[in-house]
Amino acid sequence: MVAQNIAFGIISGIVVFSALRMVTTRNIVHSALFLVAVLAGLSGQYVLLAAEFVATTQVLVYIGAVMVLFLFGIMLTKAPIGKSMEMTGTQWPIAAGVALMLGAVILYSLIDQFGSDRLTEGGKIYRTADVGDEVFSTYIIPFEAISVLLLAALIGAIVLARKD
Amino acid sequence: MLLNQFLILGAVLFCIGVYGVLARKNAVMVLMSIELMLNAVNINMVAFGFQHEVVSGQVFALFIIAVAAAEVGVGLAIVLLLYRNQTSIDVEDFDLMKG
Amino acid sequence: MWMLENAFLIPLIPALSFAVILFFGKRFIGADRVHVIGITAVSLIWVLSLVAAFQWTQRVEHPSPDAIAQISADGHGDDHADDGDDHAGAAMDSESGHGGGHSSVLISPVVTTYSKWWSNGGVDFAVGTHVDGLTVLLLVVVASISLLVHIYSTEYVKGDRRYVHYYAFLSLFTAAMLFFVMAQNIVQLVVGWELVGVCSFGLIGHWWEEKPNTDAALKAFLTNRVGDIGLLVGMIVLWGTFGTFSIDGINAAISASPGTQHLALLVAACCLMAAVASKSGQFPLHTWLPDAMAGPTPVSALIHAATMVVAGVYMIARLYPVFYDGFSIGTSSINLMALIGGFTALMGAGLAFAQWDIKKVLAYSTVSQLGYMVMALGVGAWTAAIFHLFTHAFFKACLFLGAGSVSHAAHHTFDMRKMGGLKKFMPQTYWTFVIATLALSGIFPFAGFWSKDEILLGAKVGQQNGYPLMLIFGCAVAFMTAAYMTRVVWYTFHGEYRGHGHPHESPKVMTVPLWILAGMAVVGGAFNLPGPVLEPFGLEGLAHRVQTYAEPSVYLSGLGLSHPDPSLSMALIGLGLALSGIIVTYLYFWRKMGPHGLTERNKYAKAGYTFLENKYYLDYLYNDIIVASIKKPIANGANWFNQNVLDKAVNTAGESARDSGRWIYKWIDQGAIDGSVNAAARGADASGEGLRTIQSGKVQNYGQLLFGAAAVLAIVFVIVI
Repeated sequence: MVAQNIAFGIISGIVVFSALRMVTTRNIVHSALFLVAVLAGLSGQYVLLAAEFVATTQVLVYIGAVMVLFLFGIMLTKAPIGKSMEMTGTQWPIAAGVALMLGAVILYSLIDQFGSDRLTEGGKIYRTADVGDEVFSTYIIPFEAISVLLLAALIGAIVLARKD
Repeated sequence: MLLNQFLILGAVLFCIGVYGVLARKNAVMVLMSIELMLNAVNINMVAFGFQHEVVSGQVFALFIIAVAAAEVGVGLAIVLLLYRNQTSIDVEDFDLMKG
Repeated sequence: MWMLENAFLIPLIPALSFAVILFFGKRFIGADRVHVIGITAVSLIWVLSLVAAFQWTQRVEHPSPDAIAQISADGHGDDHADDGDDHAGAAMDSESGHGGGHSSVLISPVVTTYSKWWSNGGVDFAVGTHVDGLTVLLLVVVASISLLVHIYSTEYVKGDRRYVHYYAFLSLFTAAMLFFVMAQNIVQLVVGWELVGVCSFGLIGHWWEEKPNTDAALKAFLTNRVGDIGLLVGMIVLWGTFGTFSIDGINAAISASPGTQHLALLVAACCLMAAVASKSGQFPLHTWLPDAMAGPTPVSALIHAATMVVAGVYMIARLYPVFYDGFSIGTSSINLMALIGGFTALMGAGLAFAQWDIKKVLAYSTVSQLGYMVMALGVGAWTAAIFHLFTHAFFKACLFLGAGSVSHAAHHTFDMRKMGGLKKFMPQTYWTFVIATLALSGIFPFAGFWSKDEILLGAKVGQQNGYPLMLIFGCAVAFMTAAYMTRVVWYTFHGEYRGHGHPHESPKVMTVPLWILAGMAVVGGAFNLPGPVLEPFGLEGLAHRVQTYAEPSVYLSGLGLSHPDPSLSMALIGLGLALSGIIVTYLYFWRKMGPHGLTERNKYAKAGYTFLENKYYLDYLYNDIIVASIKKPIANGANWFNQNVLDKAVNTAGESARDSGRWIYKWIDQGAIDGSVNAAARGADASGEGLRTIQSGKVQNYGQLLFGAAAVLAIVFVIVI
């Protein structure tokens, strides 16, 4: 368990640092790249939690697809690259206050509720095949609904973004 | 490993995401911060799934990823539309709802 | 019993017919010949329905061992499992409804489940059919009326712009209604319910080029949506309480242990009542039904008189244990359902007097009669309500088709002021209309007499108590019904013709369905004659057929539903009231007696008439007050509130904080707390400025508020809990 703990510590350090830099950096492309670091780190955390399929999907969908979409979005909106533009609004103190308040209450209740509960060791590990079985049996209806949702989003995005 | 390790990581990421959504001026960055929040939720899903030895946690994490992908697609299309109409994606410029 | 187990064929055939008409109608069959497909399909299901009905009666008369479920005398079945096929079911009272201890032979309904439909998160949704006496009765009614309407429509909508669309929707509607009545579980019930709603929407707006028609369609749809929320919530409550979607399972569970889930059932019954109010046109959601007359008249006959609007009544009957237990029908002497039904009956009858559009009179009459049925169910007279549903379907369809025939002849007007004297031009229509009117009024020996009599009897005797208020409502409505129907007959068929042109009798294809329906209006009562009437002829065995075959007493006997003995005096009172209604109106119109022109002379009478003419101002309440108040004044008010109150409050708060800061600065010791005072004042100033930006219109401000409020709420919860 020590190895996992060390891995967790390193990865979380990277993730939290990247996340903080992501919301504070003044360069939007850097921000996007920090997000990539966060997502990759989270993928590592999923591996630690024995969720291999989620980890793979995270890399494929988020880092592979969503990030490319973001970079295209940045490109198409011709955001000034570099430090020319003020990226953080004037109200950042309020935002920080709200975030801190929210964080405090969540942390308090987490520690209060789960204290030092240990993760189950040697429990059942669900492999990709099990996830697939579950998705296509128990959760077939939500799965179909998600398919339709993605289609609708696709069409909606095209309708919104096309030039006419 | 403690369950709380993951939950607290999720909570911290969520709050950073909230800060990003509320403080950033660029609409694309707001969207990225929303992704951060969704990922924070996903960690909780997977961690609890692991804790209770059920597969539903992973399944719902997958669903959230799919929904997030849809959300990014539509969100960026809206941002693009805004940019085309207003030549700005600074969320502070959009105050048509000002009372 | 093949038909009962394969009942799914019955809705399937019109559904196929719908698809064929819609996809191949115009191209391959020819737009003017699509009715052939529709009529063929409906004839087929009519035959199948009759077969099903016959097989059901066989099942009751000669039950095979697997059809019998024996229960103990107190009616608490022990054999009610929660799943599986053919376990518990409708029972037949071997005696004709006389109370007293007796052993019952229980006939289980034919429940066929076709595996799982779909499953989600461990909850299975089955699909199947639930066929019992109530189902086959509705099958026969729907198929018969639908068939006649199909035939009638070939002439009525001949050459219409959307002939194909019209027949396609008629087929779909028939399929939806048949699917609805044989639903095996409440999910299917919801699906069927929504399907008939959609068809109604499509057919009301059939001539959508004219704005009032689309408005009426939208109104019907939206009003129904209001009730649908109740339906969904009620169904969810039922599922949460019993853990099963199966109608059979829910009913059996309640009748096995009545009274144990009273609160949940009360909530469910109240929610479902909202759904019934919207679909079956009960107060206060009845306003869509008269407007729905914008659709073609045969549609009004099919949907808004005979079949769709009885969906609500049917649902009560189907889930009767829920309502019986939820509203404590057995022991109370007034309850929500009876009250809503009785009030609706009275109100609808009142409104029918002030209408000039013949279809609207009939529409309000439908509202009133549906109220009657709901009231009957509310007082525990299950059989009477279903019997009235049965008879009413025939004579109301006859009246609507008659009105259509009149309008067809008199240049497509429905205004009775432009009719009159049509008796000599269209005798066939006249006589069928009169027969149906007599049946609706409840004149001996027409169908309506028998069913109305049973309802009054149920209201008088009730269950353990009588329902005196409901009896008064029922009697008043009996009188009023006869009176307003006589008024319609007078204005339409008697006196001088006030329209223009030459009215003519409708062709045979329209009058033959009228005569068939009129025939049913005459003999329909024979299906549930009380025993004493038949005794002199030695035909006691034919008494109470509807009760014998249709009543699912395996559910109801467990609840202790009782059947009142027939009473001659009650029948005479009902008949007397109906006759006096006719006579009073006759004297008023034919003999010109009574206070004519009262509404012009007497301001109170005039006020009353205006009140009725404006439909109790309910539409104004909904449109101009409720909707408009949401649309405009609240928007304006919110705007004003933002502008004046919030901004001002924020400003004032900021200023007063600043002022108080200054005041403190000025008056309190400057040396010691100077800094803190300054900070406080500045903080207040900043927060005032910050609050001012609440109305900035910037999404991030709203986001800050949202998350901040969520955090504060969470803190409150953490501290409190």
